[in-house]
Amino acid sequence: MSDKLNQIFQKQQKQIDEPNKTDEDIVQLVGFIVGEEEYAIPILNVVEIIKPIDYTRVPSVPEYVLGVFNIRGNVIPLIDLRRKFNLPPINNTPDTRYIVMKGENNTAGFVIDRLTEAIRINQNRIDPPPETIATDKGMIYGIGKREDSMLTILKVEALLKRDF
Amino acid sequence: MDDIQEILEDFLIEAFELIEQLDQDLVELESNPEDLELLNSIFRVAHTVKGSSSFLSFDVLTKLTHHMEDVLNKARKGELKLTEDVMDVVLESIDMMKTLLFCIRDYGNDTEIGMDLTDIIARLDAISSGDELPSSNNESKEKPKEEIKEESKEEVKEEAKEEEPSEEDYSNMSDEEVEAEIERLLKEKKAETKKKKEAKKASAPKSTPKPSSSPAPKKATKSAATPAKKQASTLEQTIRVEVNRLDHLMNLIGELVLGKNRLLKIYDDVEERYEGEKFLEELNQVVSAISLVTTDLQIAVMKTRMLPIAKVFNKFPRMVRDLSRELGKSIELKISGEETELDKSIVEEIGDPLVHIIRNSCDHGIEDPETREAMGKPGTGLVELKAYNEGNSIVIEITDDGKGLDADMLRSKCIQKGIITEREADSMSDKEAFALIFKPGFSTAETVSNVSGRGVGMDVVKTNIEKLNGIIEIDSEVGRGTIIKMKIPLTLAIIQALLVGAQEEYYAIPLASVSETVRISLDEIYTVEGRNVLRLRDEVLSLVRLSDIFGVKQVYESSEYTYVVVIGLAEQKLGIIVDTLVGQEETVIKSMGDYLQGINGIAGATIRGDGGVTLIVDVASLMDMAKGLKVDIREKMQSEQKKKTEPSDYTVLVVDDSKMDRNIMKKSMEPIGVKTIEASNGQEALNMLKSGEHDIDVILIDIEMPRMDGYTLASEIRKYSRYKNLPLIAVTSRTSKADRLRGVESGMTEYITKPYSPEYLENVVRKNTNLLAE
Repeated sequence: MSDKLNQIFQKQQKQIDEPNKTDEDIVQLVGFIVGEEEYAIPILNVVEIIKPIDYTRVPSVPEYVLGVFNIRGNVIPLIDLRRKFNLPPINNTPDTRYIVMKGENNTAGFVIDRLTEAIRINQNRIDPPPETIATDKGMIYGIGKREDSMLTILKVEALLKRDF
Repeated sequence: MDDIQEILEDFLIEAFELIEQLDQDLVELESNPEDLELLNSIFRVAHTVKGSSSFLSFDVLTKLTHHMEDVLNKARKGELKLTEDVMDVVLESIDMMKTLLFCIRDYGNDTEIGMDLTDIIARLDAISSGDELPSSNNESKEKPKEEIKEESKEEVKEEAKEEEPSEEDYSNMSDEEVEAEIERLLKEKKAETKKKKEAKKASAPKSTPKPSSSPAPKKATKSAATPAKKQASTLEQTIRVEVNRLDHLMNLIGELVLGKNRLLKIYDDVEERYEGEKFLEELNQVVSAISLVTTDLQIAVMKTRMLPIAKVFNKFPRMVRDLSRELGKSIELKISGEETELDKSIVEEIGDPLVHIIRNSCDHGIEDPETREAMGKPGTGLVELKAYNEGNSIVIEITDDGKGLDADMLRSKCIQKGIITEREADSMSDKEAFALIFKPGFSTAETVSNVSGRGVGMDVVKTNIEKLNGIIEIDSEVGRGTIIKMKIPLTLAIIQALLVGAQEEYYAIPLASVSETVRISLDEIYTVEGRNVLRLRDEVLSLVRLSDIFGVKQVYESSEYTYVVVIGLAEQKLGIIVDTLVGQEETVIKSMGDYLQGINGIAGATIRGDGGVTLIVDVASLMDMAKGLKVDIREKMQSEQKKKTEPSDYTVLVVDDSKMDRNIMKKSMEPIGVKTIEASNGQEALNMLKSGEHDIDVILIDIEMPRMDGYTLASEIRKYSRYKNLPLIAVTSRTSKADRLRGVESGMTEYITKPYSPEYLENVVRKNTNLLAE
């Protein structure tokens, strides 16, 4: 009996291990547009993506922190990525979404202009950020090169870090 | 192995509970040495710990408690009088016992810290044998010293003889014992166990490890009943529950309360819309039942988390006793209301502040006996510790009859230390001066003693109490004493709050900090030295606007009257001007996460009945923020009412899904000269209004539109208090009476039916903007 079980376990383990071997270098990302550019964050950091809902303004915080909102009983901050990236604010469009991201010990919602797609990209297609922009508070994890475009991959931990 | 572990845990929990009671009893005993009941219960503790520790083979602990037991047994039999010096040794040995127990808890054995017992055992022995005691002559009244010596020595020998074999038996028996225990724990078949134990008793009667005179039933102790003296006879029906589980339960209740709030809100909406319908009655019953049960449930769960404050108070008699010995003062501590109950988390937080305050009272407050007598006070100083309920909070009062606080001395001291400026000191009332002791970096003691006065104490007290949303008040009179009063909410997680509106934003102010609300006219606001004040009865109150503190965007003009919420913290008071008072609501405090931790003036957030988030005001930091604010409220409020004179200052919003209809309306209004903007459906119009981009004076609304119709739009608009009086004119081809009625219900001001003459529309708009034709 236990032999049989062991065999099954081993089989399953193999199944778990093997695809990993081929997928090891593949990074899965969620792409979105803020302003003119396309950005991406690791898919595992995304909790959910929702349509804009009402939020409550919080006083004495930087302009890019719009406020807090309620997502299934949790109160989490809402951050406008346009303002965070020093872009002029625009009104919500039908494409506007909130991406709720989760870091190690923080969760926050981010306002983006438009979602693009889920992206699979090979690790070796990601370059470290050019040194000239690497100083930008370390928000950029790397630049993903794709067939016809470039992709700025953001560091979720840096986005979720309070810098005021 | 696991069973042993389980027994060990039981032993530790029980031992710590016993010790807590022990300190209290011992100090009481000192003032009341004849109390046999007390002595018995103390003896029982030492005995129980000895028994259990020898069973678990903690030799060091067994040895210590064995010698303690000797002394206590003597005292119990009236052969030894408990003097202060004897008590010192006994208390010291109890401290060592605690250290050993902590060691067992942390390391699993009692040898890890390598405690040296020879000294204390020698002293304990000395006492029990009556030797070399400094005050041995007042040991006994009836018998000469010599006799006692001999007798007690014999006694000790005898007892040692008695004890030792029995202990050996005990360790011999331990295998069987363990088996029995395991049996009992695993199967919990009481009857069976009982039989076995009886059988065992019969076969090995010596294994009962106590002198026959001891009334403590050890077996009963083991089976989870706490042998506190009052409960000894009646077994209380209790189970131990992990605090985590209670916390989880409390969180769930919190969610339920939010759900209940939401349900109530929805019911209100439904009631408005379907008034008079039959199902409303049923819905009402369900909603009220649920709301009632939720409230009961909340109270019930809160109660399970409640602990009597005695848990904290119990350690103070011992502390005050030690302090008075150390400081060479004579201090009596009077405790009342120790049965008052508080949430566990608060009981845990309240301990340290109380220690600080009581130490301060003993060290700085109470004078030397000589000084006291010279002042005509009794030589023994009195510190009173009192707890009682007051509304939704509990009040803890610490009173001493010491030298009191000298306001002038406090002022000069603080100026000297640079904590306040001379100007501030001059304008300070005595009460405000007393509060200076809570400033960081303040210490009145000239010399730093190891009891108190490192200058860190009292500001820690203040922050700790404020963390609990509590209020501290100090009152004092030089030469007469000091009263420190702390008011603390019963529970932390769910609080009553007053909801107020500042423009379009809502904030919740903890009700515990609100002393009253008043409605005032703008003329009642005076300006003194650039600060706005209000005379409220005999007091002069500083005023600030909530919207100034939180930088709320001014969107609508203020009326002549306004509301003031008077908040109080410690002895400070402040009037906060708000635009609307919404009401009282039960709020569940939610953290906003690390990202928004510690925002000035905000304590947290709560979720309202409509699912929206409302911020909870942090009263303490709000008061600090208000100090730095200088805005002339009256001027500002009046200047906001900007005048509109020209027709082109006015804006009319036209909402219609047909382009042609919009153009006809615009054409009709051209003669007036007002600015017009357009929206093609209700949703769009509402968004325009919400964005605040345009200052709209009149809205013309078509009824039948896609996405959001005219009725819904009107009722949505009326939900905003700033649009309560905005003229809404329905322009529609629906002519039935029912339609008109619905128009009025949804908040329309006028109802124009198509087709209409351009002049008619023009006149209606003129009327509603007060732009009458010349």
